[in-house]
Amino acid sequence: MELFRIKRTIPFMRNALVLNIISVLVFVAAVFFIVTRGFHLSIEFTGGTVMEVSYSQTAPVEQIRNSVASLGYTDFQVQNFGTSRDVMIRLPLATGQSSAVQSEAVMKVLKATDASVELRRVEFVGPQVGRELVENGLLALLFVVIGIIIYLAIRFEWKFAVAGVLANLHDVVIILGFFAFFGWEFSLSVLAGVLAVLGYSVNESVVIMDRIRENFRKERDMPVVEVIDSAITQTISRTIITHGSTQMMVMTMLIFGGPTLHYFALALTIGIWFGIYSSVFVGASIAMWLGIKREDMIKPLKKKDELEEIYEE
Amino acid sequence: MNRYPLWKYLTVLIAVVIGLLYTLPNFFGESPAVQVSSAKATLKIDPATLDRIQTILDQAGIPNTGAAFELNGTVGTVRVRFPTTDIQLRARDLLEKAFNPNPAEPSYTVALNLLPASPSWLSAIGANPMYLGLDLRGGVHFLLQVDMQGALTARYDTLVTDLRVALREQRIETTGIDRDGMSVVLSFNNAAARDRAITALRTRNPDLQMLERTEGTRLQIVGRLSQAAITTVQATALKQNITTLHNRINELGVAEPIIQQQGTDRIVVQLPGVQDVAKAKDILGRTATLEIRMVDDTPAATSALAAGTVPFGLERYLDRDGRPILVRRQVVLTGENLQDAQAGRDGQTQQPAVHLTLDSKGARIFRDVTRDNVNKRMAILLFEKGRGEVVTAPVIRGEIPGGQVQISGSMTAEEAADTALLLRAGSLAAPMEIIEERTIGPSLGAENIEKGFNATLYGFIGIAIFMVIYYHLFGAFSTVGLALNILLLLALLSMLQATLTLPGIAAIALTLGMAIDSNVLINERIREELRNGESPQNAINLGFDRAWGTIVDSNLTTLIVGVALLIFGSGPVRGFAVVHCLGILTSMFSAVVGVRALANLWYGHKKRLQSISIGTVWKPKD
Repeated sequence: MELFRIKRTIPFMRNALVLNIISVLVFVAAVFFIVTRGFHLSIEFTGGTVMEVSYSQTAPVEQIRNSVASLGYTDFQVQNFGTSRDVMIRLPLATGQSSAVQSEAVMKVLKATDASVELRRVEFVGPQVGRELVENGLLALLFVVIGIIIYLAIRFEWKFAVAGVLANLHDVVIILGFFAFFGWEFSLSVLAGVLAVLGYSVNESVVIMDRIRENFRKERDMPVVEVIDSAITQTISRTIITHGSTQMMVMTMLIFGGPTLHYFALALTIGIWFGIYSSVFVGASIAMWLGIKREDMIKPLKKKDELEEIYEE
Repeated sequence: MNRYPLWKYLTVLIAVVIGLLYTLPNFFGESPAVQVSSAKATLKIDPATLDRIQTILDQAGIPNTGAAFELNGTVGTVRVRFPTTDIQLRARDLLEKAFNPNPAEPSYTVALNLLPASPSWLSAIGANPMYLGLDLRGGVHFLLQVDMQGALTARYDTLVTDLRVALREQRIETTGIDRDGMSVVLSFNNAAARDRAITALRTRNPDLQMLERTEGTRLQIVGRLSQAAITTVQATALKQNITTLHNRINELGVAEPIIQQQGTDRIVVQLPGVQDVAKAKDILGRTATLEIRMVDDTPAATSALAAGTVPFGLERYLDRDGRPILVRRQVVLTGENLQDAQAGRDGQTQQPAVHLTLDSKGARIFRDVTRDNVNKRMAILLFEKGRGEVVTAPVIRGEIPGGQVQISGSMTAEEAADTALLLRAGSLAAPMEIIEERTIGPSLGAENIEKGFNATLYGFIGIAIFMVIYYHLFGAFSTVGLALNILLLLALLSMLQATLTLPGIAAIALTLGMAIDSNVLINERIREELRNGESPQNAINLGFDRAWGTIVDSNLTTLIVGVALLIFGSGPVRGFAVVHCLGILTSMFSAVVGVRALANLWYGHKKRLQSISIGTVWKPKD
């Protein structure tokens, strides 16, 4: 079986301009949603209060949910905890309100519907923890971006490095845009997923760049655009199969992984699909706009010798 | 060309064998066990305890499947495994009765526990199962922030007393010594006194950085602790708090508590299996107390002691050797006034000694009491869970000023270290605040394991089916390579005794999904070489060689991300990152070396190979 029976080089770059405009539009939209809607950050980032209440009989979770909602809370969680009589309520950190005041207000409305309710404990995730997580997350992102630029610049060439990183940031911003637009909960594991996508997407760009370099070496007279096209064409079946396999794994996580892994898998799914798109259309075309030339590959001569040595073995 | 030298095959074989050995313990599950640990800081568990337990069990005819003594730092524990939970419960009851004859005053903690059920020969070669994170086994997690300002303030308070005593000894007149925020201010009437003070204090308190200044008519010295001294104060405070927490958590009888420093001023406490958060918090927040009282050695008291009666105004306590001592009810000092206790040696006799540092109030009281009670005995008592015990009862040789107390006498260096630890462990060095708390029920944990495992398994099966259909034999090779990858990854994690969390399981799944990339790169490359008219043997060789560069590049960039997550991540993200990084390394090995070995083994010796089983290689018709 061979899925991709490609007869000739596909002129990917012919539509580069149109696709890049679309990319820019999607990117801008994503940034717009991130700015206007912001993220629905999990309690890990925001800090917040967790309450555990106990009922004499099975706890009316739905009713508790309505009661808490009536206080004006929008992003809270109510779930059973330990036994069916115990319920855990997570409240966001309210500015200017201590966790004691918050829990009192909640208890008041809960008592109104069922007097048997008993407050077991009030807990708290300090805002300093959240602030650090946000800082560390941004630092990690910076470290990754710089690390990748340096690596690609050494291994390939600065134009590739810039193109690769722009393509990947494009993916990351779009994932973030999805989370902002749909108001999905952005937790620590989602952050890990987003950063993993960053690495994964670079991976993709690297494979294509490797091919572009190789084709530059092999086909001495081919125009730049054709070299890029043929590199993408030669790797497209690998691209689809690899991503398909990874997506299969992520899909099982999405379906069977339960609520904890749900958004993590979702972030990866979006990242994988946009990763394919961006490395083919965004990365390669940015490299093209930046004007990569055969002469940019000065190091290749040495590399070629190495390759020939391998052949002779 | 597609033949490996023997050593390469052996390398792969050895990797597989080691992988199997170290992954194996994870599949044995857990067996019921009883754990005996000390409930008192003064009581040590040693190998003799193990013998005692064995004897008790043998006499009662209770079979066990293995017992072991384990020393974790200075805390010893004995764990005994049993074939069934029924026997485990019987053994627990029996041991409880034997070790704690008086249930109201337990000296030992006898707790139920689960131990890895892997055979002992595996443990002997260091093959132990992975440690499951709280999100997989259930339990409580606390992040405590230590108030370092508090510890420093206390240190400055002591310093004030210390300086006051020092200047009085030198007969240097001052108009005031006070703590001002994070500094000590000493005021003088004349410059001569100030100069003498500076000279005197420079040798006595080298930690103190002194600045001269003139405030109105008064001449002053502003003293601040050097950065090194501040760091020491903070490090000591953190260490003492961790020690105290250790001692308290031992009371809970938690199977494998984790108490670790995080950063410079935080402590992580994880209590697997503990569901009673309220009790855990109560115990973490509780203070064991230290008290100093006077011993009554009058003839009347001694005869009362011999007769077994306790006269009015006295209390009877046991010392560490079990001898009764009568002490006065009146408390001279409590642990609140104790700032530090360090093991050391007597300056003159070089005998092992314990050096205590009291705070300003404590120092003053201590000086007065020692002055008035020369040649009498003073008892240092440690109260844990409301029960007191005499740690030591030395004779007062003379007035002790300055809050620097030395306890020496017939003790070994180890005893001195133990006593110092005990005294330090009595209280927290600095207040702590819970800034994060997580509780995961055991059922949720089991559910998480199951979900993570299923997701990985189904994903793996899906990929395997696809690879075999699409690449035929080479797909099967890839699948075997992928299986080798999981094996090596699990073995590595077990060897490192890493903590497996749900994000870690997610990372395993993701690593598998990404590891297939290397295989696809190789297989596609081989197909391409075939398409270009290479002979099958050549195609295999070129395919592996040419894919190698790309594989290295792509994996290294992914590794950059992994390392970034490792450095900046905390909690769940770090769990993800560890597995991710290791997975990248194992996947490179298994795809490039492992799969190549399989292909070489299968095709390498065939001289005139006409075709290879890598699925349809479609060639465009010209």
